[in-house]
Amino acid sequence: MAEAKEIKPSGKVYGADSVPQVVPGKRLQWEEAQNCWVILYPEGMIKLNSSSAEIMKRIDGTRSVAEIISDLKRAYPGVELDNDVYAFVEIAHEQQWIRPKPAQ
Amino acid sequence: MSNSGYVPNLPNKPLWLLAELTYACPLQCAYCSNPLEFAKYKNELSTDDWKRVLREARKMGAAQLGFSGGEPLVRQDLEELIAEARQLGFYTNLITSGLGMDEKRIKAFKDAGLDHIQVSFQAASEELNNLIAGTDAFRHKLEMARLVKKYGYEMVLCFVLHRQSIDQIRDVLELCVRLDADYVELATTQYYGWAYHNREHLLPTREQLQRAEPVAHEFQERLKGKMRIFYVVPDYYEVRPKACMNGWGAVFLTIAPDGTALPCHAARQLPGMELPNVRQHSVEWIWNQSPDFNRFRGFEWMKEPCRSCPEKEKDFGGCRCQAYMLTGDAANADPVCDKSPHHHVITDAIDRAARIAAGKESAAKPILFRNPRNSRALLDVGTTKPEASLPA
Repeated sequence: MAEAKEIKPSGKVYGADSVPQVVPGKRLQWEEAQNCWVILYPEGMIKLNSSSAEIMKRIDGTRSVAEIISDLKRAYPGVELDNDVYAFVEIAHEQQWIRPKPAQ
Repeated sequence: MSNSGYVPNLPNKPLWLLAELTYACPLQCAYCSNPLEFAKYKNELSTDDWKRVLREARKMGAAQLGFSGGEPLVRQDLEELIAEARQLGFYTNLITSGLGMDEKRIKAFKDAGLDHIQVSFQAASEELNNLIAGTDAFRHKLEMARLVKKYGYEMVLCFVLHRQSIDQIRDVLELCVRLDADYVELATTQYYGWAYHNREHLLPTREQLQRAEPVAHEFQERLKGKMRIFYVVPDYYEVRPKACMNGWGAVFLTIAPDGTALPCHAARQLPGMELPNVRQHSVEWIWNQSPDFNRFRGFEWMKEPCRSCPEKEKDFGGCRCQAYMLTGDAANADPVCDKSPHHHVITDAIDRAARIAAGKESAAKPILFRNPRNSRALLDVGTTKPEASLPA
């Protein structure tokens, strides 16, 4: 399985107000033996690079994409990351790691 | 194990732990891959033994855990083992027939943190007919499939196809649609253990496969985005072998019910195995140091045509157990490969299957159902008569 950065998104599902959540059955966790964050799913594992992991860690089904971006900006001041986050959520969606939470 | 997402060049860790908790099983599938002599392994690991194995394997980097058997639901400590495994950080998979399950148990598994359930169906004609007709005997199983979904799991169904069931592939898939399954695995029998013994009864013909494959593709197309269908072509009909276990001792570690550690669940039969046991050795020693796990690592052990083959890093020469069963030497190329000088044993088996299916020849042995009585009879020929009969 390729790392997320190598894949280009083809669609646009998420806007600033979308609230992404991890798809049931998938699990994000720190994997000591791999020295990285991974997504576990039935019979497999995807290793995340550090920037993908920083975004995934903030996807909790309560924060919107805009809130995730501002949180990341607080953690990494001065880094221009809006486009990276929007691109990542689309990729993560296509990979079926996340999906948008339906509006209440 | 199918559909693995691992890349083969990850560091050498036992990423996949298959915990065969017991050989006990309420079913008697003729295609079971358990060893024929399973009845002689009586000394099952205790709950504490398993917990130690889980801890040790997890420490070495194991991330995926499959609870299998036999029927793992037979073990009354399953809930406890799931909870322990989940707490250690494993992704926990339960591979079950659903027999022995009820809502209380599914809820307990959920509470213990079980991540994933795969329900397998026998897909024998009788079972299928019963399923499709909706008789009492199988209402339970369908109910279990639905309950799995109710508790927030994907409904993952596995049907084993063979000569006597593959023609019903359309009925199988229609049933899956009715159940609203999320993922369906149509796995053609692989010939290990009981399935190898019964191969003349189970190997489908080329014509059957040619009829089945378009049906699988039709449903894949029709249900795109709704139901994922994984159709596995039987390796006997391929000309290159499968990358068995992603390479020997590369990612898979099987622990048999008696604590024997194996690089794959069929490896016990290979001559010259020392069969290290977790009762005597640490998982770390077994994985890193034991002669068994190092025996077919890398490429040094290979003979021709594998040794100089440009594809050896892709398929690792195929399956060691199949090479042994069909050529007599585990270091030979898997004869599925058409570069193997033994490839004719595969084509001979296919030709023979066609003649048997056409009624021109008959199988040398009656079909033998997997149960302790037949297992003991094979161990001790003469004292017990194998209980063999043809399916209705």
